[in-house]
Amino acid sequence: MNIVALFKLVPDLVEELEIDQNGTALNTDFLRLIINEFDDHAIEQAILLKERSGARVSVLGPDIEGADDVLYTAASKGADQVIKLTGDFQGKANNHAMARAVASTLKELQADLILTGVQANTDLDGSMGALLAEYLDMPYVGYVSGVNTVDGKVVARKEYPGGLVAEMEIKLPAVLGIQAAEQPPRYVAVSKVRQAMKTATIEERPLAEADLSGGSTIHRMFKPEAGTRAEMIEGSADEVAARLVGIFKEIGVL
Amino acid sequence: MNQDIYVVIEHLRGQVADISYLMLVGARALAQTTGGEVIAVLLGHDAQGLANNMAANKVLYVDHPALAEFTSDAYQKTLAGLIREREPRAVLFASSSIGADVSGVLSARLNLPLISSCQSFSADGRPISQICGGKIMAESDLPDTTTLLTMIPGGYKPEEGQSGKAPEIIKMEAPSLDNLRVTLKQYIEPEAGDVDISKEPIIISVGRGIQNQDNIEIAEELAKALGGVVAASRPVVDQGWMSTSRLVGKSGKKVKPKIYLALGISGAPEHVEGMGESEVIIAINTDTNAPIFNVAKYGTTIDLFDLVPALTEKLREIKKA
Amino acid sequence: MITTEAVERSFYDKVLAATPDGEQLRVCLECGNCSGICPFGYLMTYPPSRLIAMIRANRFNKVLETDTVWMCVSCYACTAVCPSKIPLTFGLMTSVKEELLLAGNVPAELQTALANSQRYGNPQGESPRKRADWAKDVKPDIAIMAQAKKQVDVLWFVGDYPSYHPRVLSTTKALAKVLNALGVDFGILGPDESSDGDSQRLSGERGLFEMLAEKNGKAFGKYQFNKIITTDPHAYNAIKNEYPQLGISYPVQHFTEYLVERLEQLKPMLKREVKAKVTYHDPCYLGRANGIFDQPRALLEAIPGVELVEMAHNHANSLCCGGGGGGMWLDGFQWEKAHARMSEWRIQEAVKSGANILAVACPYETPRFEDAVKSLNIGGQLIVKDIAELLAESIG
Repeated sequence: MNIVALFKLVPDLVEELEIDQNGTALNTDFLRLIINEFDDHAIEQAILLKERSGARVSVLGPDIEGADDVLYTAASKGADQVIKLTGDFQGKANNHAMARAVASTLKELQADLILTGVQANTDLDGSMGALLAEYLDMPYVGYVSGVNTVDGKVVARKEYPGGLVAEMEIKLPAVLGIQAAEQPPRYVAVSKVRQAMKTATIEERPLAEADLSGGSTIHRMFKPEAGTRAEMIEGSADEVAARLVGIFKEIGVL
Repeated sequence: MNQDIYVVIEHLRGQVADISYLMLVGARALAQTTGGEVIAVLLGHDAQGLANNMAANKVLYVDHPALAEFTSDAYQKTLAGLIREREPRAVLFASSSIGADVSGVLSARLNLPLISSCQSFSADGRPISQICGGKIMAESDLPDTTTLLTMIPGGYKPEEGQSGKAPEIIKMEAPSLDNLRVTLKQYIEPEAGDVDISKEPIIISVGRGIQNQDNIEIAEELAKALGGVVAASRPVVDQGWMSTSRLVGKSGKKVKPKIYLALGISGAPEHVEGMGESEVIIAINTDTNAPIFNVAKYGTTIDLFDLVPALTEKLREIKKA
Repeated sequence: MITTEAVERSFYDKVLAATPDGEQLRVCLECGNCSGICPFGYLMTYPPSRLIAMIRANRFNKVLETDTVWMCVSCYACTAVCPSKIPLTFGLMTSVKEELLLAGNVPAELQTALANSQRYGNPQGESPRKRADWAKDVKPDIAIMAQAKKQVDVLWFVGDYPSYHPRVLSTTKALAKVLNALGVDFGILGPDESSDGDSQRLSGERGLFEMLAEKNGKAFGKYQFNKIITTDPHAYNAIKNEYPQLGISYPVQHFTEYLVERLEQLKPMLKREVKAKVTYHDPCYLGRANGIFDQPRALLEAIPGVELVEMAHNHANSLCCGGGGGGMWLDGFQWEKAHARMSEWRIQEAVKSGANILAVACPYETPRFEDAVKSLNIGGQLIVKDIAELLAESIG
């Protein structure tokens, strides 16, 4: 079975975000990118499936800063093939454009199962997985937190609010939006990643021209207004605790 | 294209999700700018009764045994035909396990634009989305064609989407729903035997900032002193430090306690979705810029490891006295 | 396929090669002192002496199936008592952790700290751009090397916890105050500084240590200074003993060493009395590992009003706070195994010594010991202060 895990890089929210001069996009000068955490889970789930029942795992993502790290890390976790999609995508691409362009690469790879994060913090036009599934004419199930493969089908644990889980049976080939792998993404020792840098080869495949239709046009981007902010309580631990006790009394829970 | 706003009603095991009512309110706001009606779209089997309290001008109801429980394939097929045929101004889906499975696929299948994570509409009908973990808002143009939108909570009140007067219900023909690629095998119930946090009036909730399992104890001590229960955000549950039954948020429980004390929780939208309607939210987080302070009534940036024991101590003294 | 024997063999060689005195492993007397003195040895399936026995018996693969090696906090106590001078901490225990790490047998908490160190250059996962934010409200302005564009006498390697941890920030600011009072010409690296990597190395992540050391080496190379001082004994240990092996050699002192050399200048400034019985906790990587016992005590004795008393375990016998060797990032794991905290044992000793103040010289210790004071519910009896804080207080 061919499993493909698809990732993208998103702004690292540990850093402050700034909006550009036009007020319609993030200021990319200050952006620090990190793998979308749900995509990290998708890669882990792919590796877990390989370890459990054997599969060929390919990991691919767009060629932007940070992609090499993700790919070498994936290789050291056990990915058989790591691919970088080249093209002028940074900043402009929306998920519709990405999904259309990636679809043709995925056809070449003859993927039986495509795993990608259920969402990303920059999604403004839906999630990658759902769009991709349709462009490939494959079924899609998202919010998945566990996958098993059984005779040409997969059984996925789909999460609903309140802790309810639905077991969905899905015909292959299929795309799944991963909410969480069965175990948190594993840590790989730096020495192993450095070794992968010497032994693994990152393939490059060009992406087709971006077709942005289907996405949104941003009129204005802004930070949530300060007016809605909490009333901040200052002081020592003791003073703040005393004020909180006061608040508890006001509300009537004491 | 007409000017009506459609709302795809989300329901699970006989229960309409709150977000459905919230979307009806959002749809009303949008319809006021487009000049159309608010129309609920209900898919199910013997589920017509669910529509009776919906604040909509009409309800389009599709009944089919294959729609008794949600599967992405059956919903996609049914809605694709309906949207193609009726060409509404916009269709609202929940940004959820159900809505997100359907909206993206339909956008690609019908070649219609999709705007996601929409929290509210501006006065001139532009969708305002929340992205980057709640740190950025993006206001998009509403395209001049049938537009699909996914909605997140926070902008409207679900109570206002309910009505005492039953709306007109129009039964629609279901398409052929054979050869589905996705089928439901079974539901697995959440772990039972634990407290039901959705019914608790006082919740002490811990997030990534609690750092390790050991530290959860200080939250438990506080909960004991205050008479509440401990809940958690996703990272804490993912680590296996607390059971899924204590998870608050999009993939966990929705809670509306009198007091929600958030310890070391950043306030990502997925979490806020589960607790945003709490009566009083108090946030403790050392990051001044954490989005949790945008939903909290009170906040402090003091280190939780200093504050929580001090607070517990004070509460114990009061109890003694 | 690699045979078990090959794994054993290569591991044996690896431990031997891990340090210049590695071959000492062959001369283990099986006295068991190491396992006896190990504070968590009683919880380990294979404490140091048994580990050696397992390796000699070619049964190391058994060790890889256990996880109690993660109870080791690299406190150096075993190494200090070994009559055969076997490098137990740096060689044996660290190599075993390396093997466990490569085998994926790592507690989740530790993984998070290592992943953060890799990505952000600090184990807490804080923004590297904010590494010098603490200095914003310090007067006079602190020179951040990239902006100051000047040569300084002393490069102050601030460290991870001193840069970000809300409690430890007060130590950092206190030390800035002392340095300024002495008129020291100093600068900091700010965002150019990465974790010293020593605790990551001692928790088995050699590759990560090298990566961090290289980053710091590059940063050191960019600027002109005469020597480095550190807030953190772990950073001191790394820069003094480990970085040179990677070709990064600079004169380095722990701040207590540096200040003692200026004691005559400092003494007249220590005007305010700190009327208290003070006991001093020797940090593992200042005391046992590097032999710095007297300098911190000399600083404390210079403060008017201070009466220095000793705890039962002091100098080379000092008890670890539990934070070293990755212990700082294994609190949950270790609590689950032990249902005890080393920091609490130490606090009980401090109380018994009759001290009102526990003085420390390592940034891991203030938060750990303060937590222990809280959990033992002895609030009014003992306060925890870094030596830098006590000096700053006395300067007034």
